[in-house]
Amino acid sequence: MGVVETLLNSNPKLYVKSDERIITDADRDEDLVDEFDEREVFDLIRNINDPEHPLTLEELNVVELSNVKVNNEKNEVIIQFTPTIPNCSMATLIGLTIRVQLQRSLPARFKTKVLITPGTHSTEDAINKQLGDKERVAAATENTALIQTINQCLATVEKYSH
Amino acid sequence: MNIELIDTLKGHVGKVWNVKWNPLGTLLASCGEDKSIRLWGKQSQQWKLKTLLQDGHQKTVREVSWSPCGKYLASASFDATTAIWDNISGQFECNATIEGHENEVKSVSWSQSGKFIATCSRDKSVWIWESENDEYECAAVLNAHTQDVKKVIWHPYLEMIVSASYDNTIKMFTEDKTDNEWTNISTLKSHESTVWSLAFDKEGKRLISCSDDQTLKIWKEYLPGNTEGVGTDGEYPTWKCVCTLAGYHSGPIYDVAWCHLTSLIATACADNNIRIFKEIEDSDPNQPTFELISTKYHAHEQDVNSVVWHPTEKGLLASGSDDSFVKLWKIKEEYH
Repeated sequence: MGVVETLLNSNPKLYVKSDERIITDADRDEDLVDEFDEREVFDLIRNINDPEHPLTLEELNVVELSNVKVNNEKNEVIIQFTPTIPNCSMATLIGLTIRVQLQRSLPARFKTKVLITPGTHSTEDAINKQLGDKERVAAATENTALIQTINQCLATVEKYSH
Repeated sequence: MNIELIDTLKGHVGKVWNVKWNPLGTLLASCGEDKSIRLWGKQSQQWKLKTLLQDGHQKTVREVSWSPCGKYLASASFDATTAIWDNISGQFECNATIEGHENEVKSVSWSQSGKFIATCSRDKSVWIWESENDEYECAAVLNAHTQDVKKVIWHPYLEMIVSASYDNTIKMFTEDKTDNEWTNISTLKSHESTVWSLAFDKEGKRLISCSDDQTLKIWKEYLPGNTEGVGTDGEYPTWKCVCTLAGYHSGPIYDVAWCHLTSLIATACADNNIRIFKEIEDSDPNQPTFELISTKYHAHEQDVNSVVWHPTEKGLLASGSDDSFVKLWKIKEEYH
């Protein structure tokens, strides 16, 4: 992974980015318990860069607000992401990047599931199994080359948040 | 039945992947994401860190295994090596590193005779190493699995190795008496996802497996010519799934331990809970019934990765978790 000789999807369809989150008075109230919501989790992942285009996952419609589910009571976050093409060889890397970003950003109590949107990839079961295997995810994050690629995809998140 | 917390052992940074008692039960080894191995011992009623083993591995230490004599400790790491530590000099030192796997070593296990070590890896293979005078020689490379191999354990008294894999199957291997080749003698299929761990009962006649499919399965050995009429190949036994425990766990089950003193079964689950199961008395051996007798909710703050029963003290259980803690528990049975 890393260097791509030819673009897999050279002319991807672009989507309009969502507006910034509107800060309400309740958000500013320090006394209110501020539970994680879908929009907050979406904001953590929407500006992740695609591994082969200078575009965010949101602009490519790989991630959408409606495909983010947060259950605070069960400490569960479920993300469904949609590869741009059904045989995208970058799908595992994209899913892994989303997992790493959420692991780094969310409190450790959260159990994160990252899955392919049903019916949008030719090998979705195999990719879901791999992304669901925490031991393989842990080993992947100790792989120097792979974590560099992931960090590059995540560098844009930092850029947008400043 | 209640599960009482005795002690919380703090020191690891990040995930604790595995915990193991030495054969006498005087030391508990733990290992994890911080690349270290910690040996804990009892000191005036409290469990303290006795020895910190570092610099043996470049990456996560996934599993540790004691030799039956208790003098050696093997550690399997994501750095693709297995280190052998011994305390022959009076303190634990790494005196051998065995290499061969292409990538992460997931599990390591010492045979009961102390003659063999088995390791398995994401490279889909199981390796058997023969030890002699602190030299380790590869005796076999077994490529029977089609995916990442998660666990290897030896039979409690036979030279038989059992492996569990991401390919959803369990495989058994033994040395063929005619040609001295290690061969795959049995493949156990029934789980619907990754098989994470395995444990034999005391007699070695039954095996329990736990899986990402959130079930436990009990497998029973049927010897050639068995009266129950279970077919065999005439040479090796058939292992048949005689019981599935479904609906008890709400996440992948990462480890299972079958106590050789009390026959209680403990499980480590991604739902942060520890559960204890017991076989119902007089249950049909060909269709046994096991019941959940106790659940410790929120045993840890994150996934429980490992559980192990103390070898000599009834009801003493150790666990390790993603939350970085090792915990000691006392399971007390209420007798009527």
